[in-house]
Amino acid sequence: MVSAGAGHTDARALAVVGTERMAGLARGAHRDVVAVVAGAVAAAWVVVGLLGWRVLTPHDPALQNPSDRFARPGVAHWIGADQFGRDVLARVLAGARPVLVVAPLATALAVVVGTAVGLTAAGLGGWFDGVAMRVLDAVTVFPSIIAATLFAALVGRSRLVLILVIAATFVPIVARGVRAATLVECAKPYVEAARLRGEPTWSLLVRELLPNVRATVLVEATSRLGDAVFAAATLSFLGLGEPPGSPEWGATVSENRVWLTLAPWTLLAPALAIASLVVAVALLADALRRRVDAP
Amino acid sequence: MTRQGLRVGDLRAAYGGEPVLHGVSFSVEPGEILGLVGESGCGKSTLGYLLAGEIAPGGQVLDGRIELDGVDVLTLDPHALRGWRARQVGIVHQEAAASLDPTMTVGAQVRSALVNSGVPRSASAQTALGLLSRVRLPEVETLARRYPHQLSGGQQQRVVIACALVGNPRLLVLDEPTTGLDASVRHEILTLIAQLRAELVAAIVLISHDLTLIGQVCDRVGVLYAGRLVELGPARAEPGDTGLLSGTQHSSSGVLDTPAHPYTAALLASQPRLGQSRTRQPLSAIPGQAPGPGITVGCAFAPRCPLATATCRAGEPTLDPVGHRRFVRCHFPLDTAPLDTAPPDTAPLDTAPLDTAPLAGSPAAGPAQPVGPPRGSALLEVRGLTRRYGRTVAVDHVELDIHQREVVGLVGESGSGKTTLARALLGLATVGEGTLRFQGGELHPRLARRTAETRRQIQLVFQNPDTSLNPRQRIRRILGRALRTLRAGQDTVEQVVERVGLGAEVLDARPDQLSGGQKQRVAIGRGLVGDPALVVCDEPVSALDVSVQAGVLELLAAERDERGTAYLFISHDLAVVGYLADRVVVMYRGRIVEDGPTDAVLAGPHHPYTAALIASSTGQSPPRDPRSLPGPVPTRNLGCRFAPSCGYAMPGTCDIERPPRRELGAGHHLDCFLEPGELPLVASLSSAVPTTVASTANQTQGASQ
Repeated sequence: MVSAGAGHTDARALAVVGTERMAGLARGAHRDVVAVVAGAVAAAWVVVGLLGWRVLTPHDPALQNPSDRFARPGVAHWIGADQFGRDVLARVLAGARPVLVVAPLATALAVVVGTAVGLTAAGLGGWFDGVAMRVLDAVTVFPSIIAATLFAALVGRSRLVLILVIAATFVPIVARGVRAATLVECAKPYVEAARLRGEPTWSLLVRELLPNVRATVLVEATSRLGDAVFAAATLSFLGLGEPPGSPEWGATVSENRVWLTLAPWTLLAPALAIASLVVAVALLADALRRRVDAP
Repeated sequence: MTRQGLRVGDLRAAYGGEPVLHGVSFSVEPGEILGLVGESGCGKSTLGYLLAGEIAPGGQVLDGRIELDGVDVLTLDPHALRGWRARQVGIVHQEAAASLDPTMTVGAQVRSALVNSGVPRSASAQTALGLLSRVRLPEVETLARRYPHQLSGGQQQRVVIACALVGNPRLLVLDEPTTGLDASVRHEILTLIAQLRAELVAAIVLISHDLTLIGQVCDRVGVLYAGRLVELGPARAEPGDTGLLSGTQHSSSGVLDTPAHPYTAALLASQPRLGQSRTRQPLSAIPGQAPGPGITVGCAFAPRCPLATATCRAGEPTLDPVGHRRFVRCHFPLDTAPLDTAPPDTAPLDTAPLDTAPLAGSPAAGPAQPVGPPRGSALLEVRGLTRRYGRTVAVDHVELDIHQREVVGLVGESGSGKTTLARALLGLATVGEGTLRFQGGELHPRLARRTAETRRQIQLVFQNPDTSLNPRQRIRRILGRALRTLRAGQDTVEQVVERVGLGAEVLDARPDQLSGGQKQRVAIGRGLVGDPALVVCDEPVSALDVSVQAGVLELLAAERDERGTAYLFISHDLAVVGYLADRVVVMYRGRIVEDGPTDAVLAGPHHPYTAALIASSTGQSPPRDPRSLPGPVPTRNLGCRFAPSCGYAMPGTCDIERPPRRELGAGHHLDCFLEPGELPLVASLSSAVPTTVASTANQTQGASQ
């Protein structure tokens, strides 16, 4: 008994496969759109930071103009003016540069130190691993805000202090992630082969292990970048950032929060700037992690 | 319901437009087991999935029919297909144990499969227990409440098979059901499959790369090559029906006895049989690599076939009948006359001597005269070696000597301590007592405390080249680092790849761009750059295809012949160990139970455990079936470790006292209370040449030297 109809066989079978694949593609495309939008927002802020406010607006963010005090958004001041008559748009644009200097530098420092510590701790193991991880635990439990206050009191408020405090907060997180990934790699035979042929320790770490954990390092770096933007804004909100008068977003939110009902634009504009950058970087980090984790 | 079994007609499938199955046709009767064999990448698993109505993402069926009991599977709509899959088909995928959910008890998993197939929830518990006992699991009520990790590998496999039996399937597809299992467990699973065949009266398709396994349980065999069925027929000769009923003179020969296709013949010749020794019957590897997906002109096997002519390269042969119930896709099929009547000079299978690439120094000198290990002081002396992991004693008072030029085979099931012993020699397992001496001097138990010279002298070849080569480095870098650290730069990487029979073009590839055989050659080359005196090989061919296995074994042997390298060759496969080793050491639960010259150990009389190993690897039941499955052994057990599973155990003696060491012959020792006359003997060791193929390959080999 032979059944006819081999013709529509593949059409049916394909249809089954087809619907499953379409659903998968649709999800993928949706994620791609999100990643592209996030990338565009982040890139826009980088451009603003690089160009500086001078190219983008005629207003000087520091110039006080009492006649424009609390000017509503309009033709003269696109998103209004603050209590000293300073242009809010100019201040928001000018505020991009400090955060775009602090966050990447702090992240880079944290990733370099954290990767070195995590890689070495996992690669060497033994007492070094124990001591390094306990030290990092101690750093983790010490609140970063108190550390920042302490530093600001001791050496004054500066961009460098801000970078160091944020980096110190992130080192344990990066180190732990890299250490976990390195431990997984360490269990693989190629590492054993390297030990058996007497590969020097630094070579084992840098030549054999580092290339195999670089995906983790990359994901850690982007994840921490978003956090660093937020941390920079938080610390400057608390007055632990740059000296007063700086157009930093956190500080701007802080100084205008009393005028929330009177002139909400003075507060909302820098707050939205923080939010857009933090969310954009976080979404980019997610997209990157998905790509790295994909089999 | 009609019971016609499985009919597959002209099945064609493709991945991303590249054809992977080129018109496969076969049928399986209810109650019959069809074995599908072939190298990796030949379409075995694709076919297995398709039989269950599954198409991998990116795949498509181009043409053809799959009919089960008259139902055309490929025309079912998705809803009907789901119902059909749930009730009519059981499929056991590769690495089946990984398909068990670690957070669910095994009873719950079988129940959920039952509920999906339409069994009412209330009845599912009782039915699940029935299924578990059907796969011969003991004490099913207790076992159903356990989690997968609390079961042994063989028990896990049985649970997966139980899930596949839900709904009394009409078709059972088993994809590599015993890969990764020990010989004894493998034997149990095969017995189970044979029993189920009788009970289910379902069509069973067993997919495997292992010819021995296929020969042990299958009625018929289909040999797949590059997505084509190149040979199909009974697995073994059928003495029962020869000519009696039909009245004609059938030559009812089996595919595995007298292959008709040169590819089948070459596959058979590349797999060592138990008792086959390299010194008497060297293996021949199949040159080249199987083609990937895509369209080829002419016979797909022609580029690797020693008998190929212009006809083969011009036109693709069809699957034509040859002899009784046998089909072959070849222009010039080999003679399939039954074994006993075959004239010795037929089928001149001119298989190229071992692998494509020239090996450094032909093995000509090696196989001609057996290399007896020189006596005197040993290269490596192991005395009273004990190694622990936590409270588990993995290696227990092991004594072992390895001489220069000697290949010592170490066999035992998983958990016997083989790998721990190897790691102890390499300085990687350090917790425990005992002394190691190497080249007359003390060998420090820790790798970090050994000198660079000692590290160079003792190297390791890993089981799986996928993980032993750094995936981020190119071959040039991998070998270059080994040269820098082990040799101080006298050789070049080009010389190293040449030494292991590879071309310089692999140097700029990353490991994932190479085939399994090529990767293992690179890994061997890396271990050998410093001309080590001792190389520990931990299952060096178990992750490789049968067709390349022979080439890798020959590469290792050639190194020994040329440079006097000694090997500790670890394997769970007695045939592979016996092929290469001068001496065999059998380990069971951390202790050496028997050691001696390879021939003496294989010929017997045996330690009861060795006897069980040999029996299960030849497909026989172990002498006097084990009474119980081995359970965890207390570390303070003073008696014989094998006593709980031994059919010869004398209660009150074996389980209390440590068995005495008996000397059976020159250098042949075993630990057992039995007198030499009482020790078991496993007969029918195929030390005689079992097929014409092996013998002709052997003759060719001899003639070429």
